[in-house]
Amino acid sequence: MMAKLTIPEEELMYPGHVGCLGCGATLAMRYTLKALGQRTIISVPACCWAVMPGVFPLTCLKIPMLYTAFETTGASISGIRAALDAKGIDDITVVGWAGDGGTADIGIQALSGAVERGTDVMYIMYDNEAYMNTGVQRSSATPIGAWTTTTPVGTTKDWKKMPKKDMVEIMVAHKIPYTATMSISHPEDMIKKLQKAQKIKGPKFIHIYAPCPTGWRMAPDKTVEIAKMAVDSGAFPLYEVEDGIYTITRKPKELKPVMPYLAMQGRFRHLPQEELDGIQLGIQKRWKRLLKLEEFTRDLEGE
Amino acid sequence: MVRSVISGNSASAYGAKIARAEVIAAYPITPQTSIIEKIANFVANGEFKTEFVKVESEHSAMAACVAASLTGARTYTASSSHGLLLMHEMLIWASGARTPVVMSNVNRANGPPWSVWADQHDTMAQRDTGWMQIYCESNQEVLDSILMQYKVGESPDIMIPSMIIEDAFILSHTVEPVDIPDQDAVDDFLPPFAPEKKLDPDDPHGFGSLVMPEWYMEFRYKIAESMDLARDRIREVEKDFEKRFGRSYGGLMDFYEVEDADAVLMIGGSVASTAKEVIDKMRKEGKKVGLARVRYFRPFPVDEVRWLAKKVNRIGVVDRSYCFGHGGPIAAEVYGALLPTGDRPIVKNFIAGLGGKDITPEVLERLFNKMLVTNESGTEKEIEWVDVKGHSLGVE
Repeated sequence: MMAKLTIPEEELMYPGHVGCLGCGATLAMRYTLKALGQRTIISVPACCWAVMPGVFPLTCLKIPMLYTAFETTGASISGIRAALDAKGIDDITVVGWAGDGGTADIGIQALSGAVERGTDVMYIMYDNEAYMNTGVQRSSATPIGAWTTTTPVGTTKDWKKMPKKDMVEIMVAHKIPYTATMSISHPEDMIKKLQKAQKIKGPKFIHIYAPCPTGWRMAPDKTVEIAKMAVDSGAFPLYEVEDGIYTITRKPKELKPVMPYLAMQGRFRHLPQEELDGIQLGIQKRWKRLLKLEEFTRDLEGE
Repeated sequence: MVRSVISGNSASAYGAKIARAEVIAAYPITPQTSIIEKIANFVANGEFKTEFVKVESEHSAMAACVAASLTGARTYTASSSHGLLLMHEMLIWASGARTPVVMSNVNRANGPPWSVWADQHDTMAQRDTGWMQIYCESNQEVLDSILMQYKVGESPDIMIPSMIIEDAFILSHTVEPVDIPDQDAVDDFLPPFAPEKKLDPDDPHGFGSLVMPEWYMEFRYKIAESMDLARDRIREVEKDFEKRFGRSYGGLMDFYEVEDADAVLMIGGSVASTAKEVIDKMRKEGKKVGLARVRYFRPFPVDEVRWLAKKVNRIGVVDRSYCFGHGGPIAAEVYGALLPTGDRPIVKNFIAGLGGKDITPEVLERLFNKMLVTNESGTEKEIEWVDVKGHSLGVE
């Protein structure tokens, strides 16, 4: 029988962050640092976490952090890794920590370059599904149907019309050794995956689901609950892809309906029934596809 | 020491190699490519131990250099024209983050229309990025400047990046004899990069976090202060270099035959060599002309320009680029430097050689002759475009 996983006690994130009430990204950072430990260097582009550690000369993080330009995370961690390699240092985990806009939009070129080069880094996208630091503008990772300040409903129903960009699939297409999704509602799963990734040489891509009560127009005490609902409904499935082989790490016998998840958030309030039905259908299709991928790629194991 | 007959680009690659750059991140662009090809060959043959990150853009090249430098590595890159323009944001990041990156830039025109030939617009457009800029006259100067600028930039009280600039094709692809110093001598001159603070889990710090208005200006002032300090450091380092290697280039501004000159042309880049030839010829004919070669554009040689203005009454500034709206960038600096002083020489601004248009000895002789007779000190013909088809103010 496997020993029960526990969350490391060591704290590398201290009180004093300046994030919003109920911020999911704070939990994402706290668990990540617990998993990776003190010998970690992080590069952060423009995003909520570029502000959240605190204002100069203070920081709530006890790891070295390089603040970099919006589109450069992939290049920045490539530079850190190259310098460590030049100095023969191989016991430090180099992490790129970027939001969904900084990853799926403006930073996708540098990320693609970094992973294609086989850089030994961990790139973590904490996903709050819009440009939250600048005040809730749509990104390509904003889900279909969502209101944002640049996809206002208006009189013409101008909400987000295209589905969320699938960064995991894009990374899998780069044939990197490890890709995983994780959610702040499942910290033990997070720790397990992060520590597994830490031991793998080469590029690792992590997608963390980090709800944003401010931007999602919901109560700040429901952050963990909504994240759990996303996982249970299949809106955000938890899985990992190792060398092309898919493993669903949390597989409910039956997905819960997505409606309660959507209803809890103001950003979906405007949607008519047929749109809500469309979202439900999309989730089911994606889940089915994921099950098939798992089944299909399992046969490739050991090849 | 090895004497080789090599191109400016080769000299740049050798410079990075003997300076022992630990991380190189670069992306190809004409006419810079042979620099990084040469470096790739050094690495592939085991002659140069460096981490060469073959990035997917120039923007990423500079981002990687900044990060590597902050991790404590000596870094190098090379670019040109549009590559440099794409880097613009990260050039400002490099100086703001106080990373003494050294970059070779091959001066090339910007499009459209497409042009791959010599022109200073790419680097002049980076005037305000907080980089030192060195405009080279020869391939030897290209190599030597890389070594010297690592030493200047890495001084704890300077910590500013440097651009070593060579003209497209005229230097980049033209071979000249170049002395490649011995590694031991270079190591003795240039010790390993050892920044006071770096990204280090044993001494964790944040680099570049949010500052409120109460501190931002202080950070900017520190850069201004270091850039001013750099003037003396450049002179000191060059003296030390001359003692060790027997070569020097005249500090921030290289003067040639200016002591008794009636007229002087001020020029940056390889055209200075042509000008020296023309000066020798004209002096034989009894015409007292001289040259002020702009080696450093940043920090600007303010004292040197003021010293020159005390000696010489006619200064023709030849700009190989133009700031649309008013004048060439070097001329603007010269006017600016002279305004607070009482000295009012006649300063004229010639715009010449854009996009690789040849600046021949004949062109320079015409400009010298024009300066020798001109009494125009007003605004009438302050800016003249040289040899532009259909331009009514062309030099006769």
